[in-house]
Amino acid sequence: MSPPVLTFDQPHPFPGKLIIVEGLDGSGKSTQLQLLQKWLDSKGYNVFFTEWNSSELVRETTRRGKKSKALTPTTFSLLHATDFANRLYHDILPPLKAGMLVLADRYVYTAFSRDAVRGVSPMWVRKLYNFAIRPDMAFYFKVPIEVAIDRLLGGTRAQFKYYEAGMDMGLSQDITESFRIFQSRILAEYDKMVSEYGFITMDATKDIEEQQNDMRQLVSKALENYRPKRGTHGKRALFWRRFDLPKSE
Amino acid sequence: MGNGHYFGDGLTYLNPSDLKGRLIAIEGTDGVGRSTHIEMLQEWLEVQGYGVLTTGWTRSSLMSKTIEVAKQGNILDRWSFSLLYATDFADRLEHQIIPALRSGFVVLADRYIYTALARDVVRSGDPTWIRNVFGFAIVPDLICYLRIDVDTLALRVIESKGMNFWESGMDLKLGADLYESFKKYQSLLIEEFDRMAEEFHFEVVDARKPPDEIQEALRAKIEPVLKTGRLTQPSTGQPAKASSAS
Repeated sequence: MSPPVLTFDQPHPFPGKLIIVEGLDGSGKSTQLQLLQKWLDSKGYNVFFTEWNSSELVRETTRRGKKSKALTPTTFSLLHATDFANRLYHDILPPLKAGMLVLADRYVYTAFSRDAVRGVSPMWVRKLYNFAIRPDMAFYFKVPIEVAIDRLLGGTRAQFKYYEAGMDMGLSQDITESFRIFQSRILAEYDKMVSEYGFITMDATKDIEEQQNDMRQLVSKALENYRPKRGTHGKRALFWRRFDLPKSE
Repeated sequence: MGNGHYFGDGLTYLNPSDLKGRLIAIEGTDGVGRSTHIEMLQEWLEVQGYGVLTTGWTRSSLMSKTIEVAKQGNILDRWSFSLLYATDFADRLEHQIIPALRSGFVVLADRYIYTALARDVVRSGDPTWIRNVFGFAIVPDLICYLRIDVDTLALRVIESKGMNFWESGMDLKLGADLYESFKKYQSLLIEEFDRMAEEFHFEVVDARKPPDEIQEALRAKIEPVLKTGRLTQPSTGQPAKASSAS
């Protein structure tokens, strides 16, 4: 009845590949991952994309909890773990088992860093996510805090969000200042994890194309021995889009 | 409580050593009669002047709706299933149970983490992960386990509210119909509860007896727990003596 237990401390045994990106808000990681997906699509790979905190079941609850500001560090952490579990089971494991490529925008490391900064025991969070699959490649887009703030304030987001700025922690009344303190602490946690989890560190202050070129080179090298699998031939990307529209940017 | 402590890796931002109340968990499988007895216990305690808070599984304001939706068939893999319950529990622990214990209430928990442990282990065969997940739970002062055999349980459930999908573990596909599945699933749960009874020192109460005898047995287990240590009795209006716990 019980399948073998997969744990996070060993490589996964599946034929697919899991590539994830991590970094602060405003580090440009999502842009890079989308560009990578475009490139992989164009090469004929069957690529699946999944994003942090996006499963329908949990998203609604998280939104409600955030709105009423009723989330504690522990419930915040557990809700994200539930979301992750749900996506792992539905969106990540099936394509990996079938031998396809999965791209994830943020992964368990987001929880490791954020939850630790919020005051949850770092050991506990790691044990909590022990059911996760270890990624084949983990890119960390490293950016100084000021650059991240400039990008966010100068871009589409004129105002930081309450939890994103760590306002629940009472660091500062000023939301920008709170964001700065909170994200600096997250940055410190990320830096600590680089060697612990073998992140590939990317200089996120470089030009977008330059970073993307570096990323594509590293990915092609990692995929050298990978045999892509797919169930359809011909106009591949179009074919399955009829069934499931991928996120358009 | 006085010297409250966590089950494993606890809430680093909440020190449990100054909790004055008493935490009493009533455990046992589905349909064993927990709620009826908790109601009677609450009455009994309040008459004596104790402040009582009852808290029950999936009753948190944050999660109860989500869990309902999930049970309609939108998940369930083993992890999401267990993590939804853990989130519900954490919300109640931090917003109800710990504040009540801090004010000296007797907290009666209709199911505690052991139900979640049993359900997860029956589904996964792995006792470690789920125990780690619930590391932030406060260890109760007393765990009363209403123990029943599966045959009596089946009769009782059919006579009262009937067997439902989840209480029959239908997601596990253990049997050909509701009845077979219920019996197999509940047997596995009872086995797991029995194992935990030793591991976590449950006080076992025979739930096959008539209700008044069960109630009496429960009260006999609870009484000494109320008397030892520093318990605030709200009716006296006096604050509890300072805790000597570190």
